[in-house]
Amino acid sequence: MTIGIKRRALLAGASALTLTAMTSAAFAADPIKFGVVAHLTGPLAGGEAVTHTPNIELWAAQVNARGGLKVDGGMRPVEVITYDDKTDPSEHIKAVQRLATQDKVDFMFSPYGTGFNIAAAPIYAKYDFPLVAVSAITDQQEELSKRFPNMFFTLGTTTGFVEGALDALTTLREAGSIGNTVAMVNVADAFGIELADKARPMFKEAGFEIVYDKSYPLGTPDLSPVVKGAKAAEPDAFVAWSYPPDTFALTEQAIIEDLQVNAFYTAVATAFPAFSGKFGSKIEGNLGAGGINPDTPAMQDYRAAHLEITGGEADYWASATYYASLQILEQAIEGVGTIDREATVAYIADNSFDTVIGEVSFDEQNNSMRFWSVGQWIDGVFHAVADTGMGDSVAPVAKDGWN
Amino acid sequence: MKPAELRNLGIGAVLVALAAIFPLVNDGYWLSIATTAMMYIALSTSWSLFSGPTHLIALSTAAFFGIGGYLVGTGMSDYDTSFWSMAILAPLVATAVALLIGLATLRLSGVYFVIFTLGLAEMIRNLVSWVQNNFLGSRGLYVLTDFTEAHIYWMLLGVSVVVFLFGWWINRSRLGFALKIIGNDEEVARHVGINTAWSKVILFMSTGFFAALIGAIVAPRYSYIEPNVVFSPQLSFLVVIMALLGGTHRLWGPLVGVIPFTLAWEAISVSFPNSTTLFLGLSFLIIVYVLPDGFTGLLEKFTRRAAK
Repeated sequence: MTIGIKRRALLAGASALTLTAMTSAAFAADPIKFGVVAHLTGPLAGGEAVTHTPNIELWAAQVNARGGLKVDGGMRPVEVITYDDKTDPSEHIKAVQRLATQDKVDFMFSPYGTGFNIAAAPIYAKYDFPLVAVSAITDQQEELSKRFPNMFFTLGTTTGFVEGALDALTTLREAGSIGNTVAMVNVADAFGIELADKARPMFKEAGFEIVYDKSYPLGTPDLSPVVKGAKAAEPDAFVAWSYPPDTFALTEQAIIEDLQVNAFYTAVATAFPAFSGKFGSKIEGNLGAGGINPDTPAMQDYRAAHLEITGGEADYWASATYYASLQILEQAIEGVGTIDREATVAYIADNSFDTVIGEVSFDEQNNSMRFWSVGQWIDGVFHAVADTGMGDSVAPVAKDGWN
Repeated sequence: MKPAELRNLGIGAVLVALAAIFPLVNDGYWLSIATTAMMYIALSTSWSLFSGPTHLIALSTAAFFGIGGYLVGTGMSDYDTSFWSMAILAPLVATAVALLIGLATLRLSGVYFVIFTLGLAEMIRNLVSWVQNNFLGSRGLYVLTDFTEAHIYWMLLGVSVVVFLFGWWINRSRLGFALKIIGNDEEVARHVGINTAWSKVILFMSTGFFAALIGAIVAPRYSYIEPNVVFSPQLSFLVVIMALLGGTHRLWGPLVGVIPFTLAWEAISVSFPNSTTLFLGLSFLIIVYVLPDGFTGLLEKFTRRAAK
C-alpha cells in the first residue's frame, strides 16, 4: 500500500510542480511526456524503489523547478507517467507499448534489470526511443548495440564486474593484507552463476587459490552452513556473487560465526544505505559491488538534493548512474532543441555529457567504459576502490574484524 | 461428420483466419495484448484437456513453461544451437519430465496431486539451476532472434490451433471417453477395466508438451531468460483462473475465459495498478460462488431455459 500512496504522491507532486512552473513561466507550453514502466510490485520492487524511482522524482522536481527543458526556443515542463509491470516481462512489454502508442510519451526512462532492458529494447528501437540502460550489466554489448542502435550502456560489463573484485583483492595481496586463498560462493541463479563461472579461471590465473567453492539456491533462508564451510576452509578472503537477500544473510552469518578474513566481498545490495543501516560499524571495511567517489562537488550536491527531495539516501552504486542517465537524456534533448527522438539518439551517440558521475560518452558499441566496480565501507561511506576508466578510486584497506 | 460438427469446424476456420490477419490491422499496443492473450489461450486450453475431465487442478504449468524458456535460453546462449532445434527439444524433455512426475503422483488422489504440482515449478527451477551451476556453466541466458511480435503471435496461434484439433480428437477417442468416466468416478472406471493411471499420465504429458512448446516460443519475446520469471507461480494460477472462468467442460471454454480476463486485467493495470491481486482473488470467488461451470456453463443454462 505504501507504494500506491507513494506513486500517487509522486504524481500529485509532479503535477503541483507543473502548476507552479506554469504560473511562474506565465503560459508555458504543454509538458514533455516521459514514460517509465517500473516494478512497483513483484520480486524486483525493492531494487527499483531504492535505485530508480527516487531519482526520477528528484530529476523531474529539479527540472520543473527551473522551468523545464529548453526546446523549440522556449521552456517546457516535464511530466512522468508510471506503470507497474509486477516484475513480469509480458506485462512489461504491454506497458511499454501502451506508453509508446496510447499515451504517446515523448521519451522513456530505462527499466530495472538486465532482462527487462533487453526485453523492452525492440519496442524502444521500433519507435526510435533512446534507451540509456543502467541496471543492465552484460557482456553482449556488441551484439545488442548492433541489433538496437538506440540502446546505450552505462554501468559496465560482467567481465568488468569480476575484474574489479579481482583488482581489489590483488591490491590487498600486494600490500600484504591478505594471502592467496579465497573462499568463493555464489547464488545458483542466472547472474550469480555467470559471475562465478567467469571468476574461477580469472582468479586462478591471478594466482589465487580457491579453497572453498559452493553455491546455494536462490531464496535460501539459512546460509549458516555456507559460511561455516567457508570458515572451516580458513581462507584469507571471502567472495560472494550474491543477490540482495543473500548479501544481507551472508553478512549476518559471517558476524555470528565471526569469520576472520581480511577481505569480505558481497555483490549486489552491499551499496544500499539499508546495508550500513542494518549492520552499522560491524561492516567497516566490507567490500561490495559498486562504490562512488563521494568527494566531487557534483556528487555531494546530488546526494544532498536526493536526501532533501525524496527523503531517502541515494545508494552508493547505480543511483548516481541512473541519475546520470536522466541527465544524459536531458542534455541530449536540449542539445537537439526539438522533440526529435531519432536526432536525440544520434546526439547521445556522438556527444559527451557532463553528469554527476563525471564525463560520459559512448564508444562504437554504445558502451560507456567509465564505471566504478567495487566499493568499500569506510566510516559509513561506500568509497570506490576499483573501477574501469574512472581513475579516482582509493586503495582498499584490510578488514579488521566485525566490531 | 455430423452437420453440427461441420458447422463448428467452419466457425473455427473463420475465427482462425480473422485471428491470423490481426497483426496486419494493428502491430503495436493491441498486438502486444493479443500476443499475451494467445499465449494464455493455448496454455489454458491444453491445461483443461487434462484438468477438465479429471477434475485434478494441476498447478504445474509454470514448471513446463519454464523448461521451454530455460532450454531455449541455455541452448542458444551457451551452445550456439538454433532456436528451432531447441523449440523441438524442449517439449520432448518436458513430456519426459511429465511422464516421470505423472507416474510418481497420478496414482495419488486429488488433493495430494494439487499440493505436489504447486511445488513443482520451484523444484524444477532449483534443479536446472543446480545442474547449470555445477556442470554446464552460463554466459547469461540471452535469446536474441529476428522474430517480431507478429511472428511470435502467429506461432502461438498455430499452437492454439493444434491444441484445439488435439482436444477435438481426444474428445472423440476412447481415451477421452475413459477420462470422462475417471472424472465422474474413478472406482467405477477401474471396475470397467480402464487403466486409470495411464490414461491420466498420457493427458498430463500432453499438457507438459504444449506448455514447454509455448514457453520456448515466448522466450524470444522476453529476449533474456531469468529463471524466477519463467518459473513464476503466478503463471500457473492465471492459467487455472482463466480456464475455470471460461469453463472446462467445453473445448472452447477457456477461450471465452481468457479474452475478457485479459481485457479486464489490462484495464485494471492501467487504472488501478495496485489492485490486480485483489482482482485475481475476486475472480476466484466469482468462479466458486457464481460461475462454478464458467461462462460456458452460464451460457448453456440460459439457452436451455430459453428452449423450454
